[in-house]
Amino acid sequence: MGGILVIGGGIAGQSVCERVRERDPDVPLTLLCKEPELPYDRVALSHLLAGETTREELRLRPAEWYADRAVDVRFASAEKLQLDDGRCVFADGSAARFDRAVLCTGSDPLVPPLDGIDLPGVVAFRDPADCAEIARRAACARSAVVIGGGLLGLEAARGIAGLGCPTTVVHLVDRLMERQLDAGAAELLLAAMPELGIDVRLETATAALVGGDRVTGLRFADGTELDADLVVVSIGIRPQVELARSAGLAIGRGIVVDDRMVTSHPRALAVGECAEHREVVYGLVAPIYEQAAVAAETLTHGDAAYAGSVQSAKLKVVGVDLVSVGEAVGAREVVSADAARGTYRKLVVDGEGRAAGAVLLGDTRGHELLLEQVRRRDEVDDALALLVRASEASAADLPDTAQVCNCNGVCKGEITKAIRDGGLASTQEVVTVTRAGAGCGSCKPLVKDLLMLERDGAAEEPAYLCPCRKQTREQLAAVVREHELDSVGAVGDACGAGRDCGACKPGLAYLVSQVRENRHREERHARFINDRVHANIQNDGTFSVVPRIRGGVTNPQELRRIADVAERHGVRMVKITGGQRIDLLGLRKEQLPAVWEELDMPSGHAYAKAVRTVKTCVGTDFCRFGLGDAIDLGIELERRMEGLYTPHKVKSAVSGCPRNCAESYVKDIGLVAVEGGWEVYVGGAAGGTVRKGDLLAKVDDSESAMQLALAFLQHYREQAEYLERTYAYVERVSIETVRDAVLDPARQAELLERYAIAKAAADPDPWLERHQPVHPKQFAELDTEPEPLTPIDEALAGMS
Amino acid sequence: MTGFVKAGRADDVPLLEGRTVRLGARRVAIFRTPDGFHALAAACPHRAGPLADGILADSCVTCPLHGWRFDLRTGAGMGEHPGVEAFEVVQRDDELWLRVPEDLRDAA
Repeated sequence: MGGILVIGGGIAGQSVCERVRERDPDVPLTLLCKEPELPYDRVALSHLLAGETTREELRLRPAEWYADRAVDVRFASAEKLQLDDGRCVFADGSAARFDRAVLCTGSDPLVPPLDGIDLPGVVAFRDPADCAEIARRAACARSAVVIGGGLLGLEAARGIAGLGCPTTVVHLVDRLMERQLDAGAAELLLAAMPELGIDVRLETATAALVGGDRVTGLRFADGTELDADLVVVSIGIRPQVELARSAGLAIGRGIVVDDRMVTSHPRALAVGECAEHREVVYGLVAPIYEQAAVAAETLTHGDAAYAGSVQSAKLKVVGVDLVSVGEAVGAREVVSADAARGTYRKLVVDGEGRAAGAVLLGDTRGHELLLEQVRRRDEVDDALALLVRASEASAADLPDTAQVCNCNGVCKGEITKAIRDGGLASTQEVVTVTRAGAGCGSCKPLVKDLLMLERDGAAEEPAYLCPCRKQTREQLAAVVREHELDSVGAVGDACGAGRDCGACKPGLAYLVSQVRENRHREERHARFINDRVHANIQNDGTFSVVPRIRGGVTNPQELRRIADVAERHGVRMVKITGGQRIDLLGLRKEQLPAVWEELDMPSGHAYAKAVRTVKTCVGTDFCRFGLGDAIDLGIELERRMEGLYTPHKVKSAVSGCPRNCAESYVKDIGLVAVEGGWEVYVGGAAGGTVRKGDLLAKVDDSESAMQLALAFLQHYREQAEYLERTYAYVERVSIETVRDAVLDPARQAELLERYAIAKAAADPDPWLERHQPVHPKQFAELDTEPEPLTPIDEALAGMS
Repeated sequence: MTGFVKAGRADDVPLLEGRTVRLGARRVAIFRTPDGFHALAAACPHRAGPLADGILADSCVTCPLHGWRFDLRTGAGMGEHPGVEAFEVVQRDDELWLRVPEDLRDAA
């Protein structure tokens, strides 16, 4: 088949594919992934360990990306490379042909040949499986040790310490991150470790790992020992060159490449951690992007040369701000240090008077500017002045070539062009379009600044409730209050909102109902079809019916009735939902009133932006671990919240103990019984976005937990944008803001009062409209009629 | 009213909503706006969504399934998607009348 074969599904392989496709949409391109999953962001592994991201979020591109761009992804391992023939043989014996091959085989963790290194409990820190194992073991380990105080080792330690496990970093040399830091910065970094829950032992050589059927500790060269039931090894990497070696390529520390990234065989290139260029093997991500771009040029008959990269590293895990660029020591050094504030800023100038490196700790302002200076090897007359200028540098001072996002290799020029060309108006749009800030996210503030700059200082475009008339929720709420408007139509008369495309009419309907505390005039034409007929429209125009089953607790009579109704009305599917409810699918509009009548249960609001469900576990009623009465509290919470409409759906749960069987941690509102009280979590999610909720507070009893949940619900109803889920809202305004609003006794009392007013006026069961439809044809077409209402007993009698 | 058939009672279509009716072998959605009645083919050309259940504004209807928009007067697609057939509908007293298109004349 010919074409290009990229061997290795890491960041390097992915990056080569992206750059090649930009230059040539047609050349056959195959990506060989050894691990049975699509390329993911290995650099962000520490975030995975720290629980700040998920495996899915680490994926560099969705499966469609490869299909859309005709990149053939093969999950196989290359066994043999026959370069003269252009043939690659896979582990299963099959083979593929290629014109050019790119080796992106990456690296393996360096594992010291110590006694006991194979013991269970000794883990490398290299891939998601390692992360999962570390997290699993850390959860029950009494203490953990990380061997290696480099960048990756410290990130691993931070992750483990963050899981609540006492962690010690054991490092061979006399300072942490010796490749990136000088003594001064390393000392400050060391001082910051105890606060992160990390103990450090420098100049300590590990002699052996001890244990029987699993690791129990380490023995050092001086004969002392340290207990540990989890040991993570992170002492460096070794380029993976086996395939290249067997193919006869020249190998030094890595696969030797020239300035065009071509190996000693003209058919083969190498990129990334496996490649050695001018005797340097790069272990960081930014150089990989630069190499991939050059390789893609070479593959598509372009003409680019790689002259090596300036090494720059950022400590990515929160806790310490640290950036190192290029050399940490040199001929001339200027340092500004403030031990009390924990900041250290240093610029290194080489013998020729050119910028050679920088170390910024605790205060990393202007690092993009310094990186650019070092990259260009700018002459530096007054190093101190440059350091000061960097600390005051704004987005405007950066050259277009300055790399803003080191995770995805996006420079300032690309971002500003995307903003200009695409008319982008919000940071989120810029992140989505350019992918700058989509990695670790640390450059997002700079992306925001660039957006501001491009928009001539204009504030970020706000979220408009009515985008046609550019009116925000606040503006429209003010109009509603000022003129005491009571309907969507009246809002349109007053300011035009909702008149143009009409997409905001459901949002306006919610706004009016919320501001008027449910004493508004309902206009059904402003509601989505679901809220006109109180059922969820399906892909074929039929509807689904979910009766309210509070707390997910039902009984035989109810189940029997549901079964009878489903049978009588030819329900196409009866489905147990994720919210502990029963869903009857495939009903026509005309059937809805009769189905509700026969069910004789209230609406479950499963079709609305409203309070949906409160899931529960069996709590103290049955569970031998239960600490709190989850069933009663869940049912009561549902009773007090149901019928209220919200900016977006609200799913809740009450769990009787921290085993969290009702999944409270990932609900909009989640209650968890703990020893001596209840924890209230808000802003959790487990749908398209997965997020653990923030702990709002721990309270002493169930009634306080309920009050807090209701106060939060009301706060969310009043403050969130329409269609903004609690997880997005809490993240946007911060949990501190939410705490200020709902924990203050006076403000909480006001929220609860407004909640009570709104609740009292809310329609408890819209399904009762079956008896008094808002319009004769509410549930019918011009030439159809709703089915007659009959109680279930009569209906069943009629059947026999 | 030659060439027209009765489609239903005007009061049965609420303001700014739509309801469907059979016309020969097809279904037609009739909409009521402040300036009168409009009629379009009932099924969205995208995935056959029920246009009569859509939200009305600015002489357009938005399909409830995936948000395609159509001009109520002409059936034209608003944006990069195809349109739908438009029908002539008139109100006489309390009744709505649909003009039967050529291809349905014999059948109707």
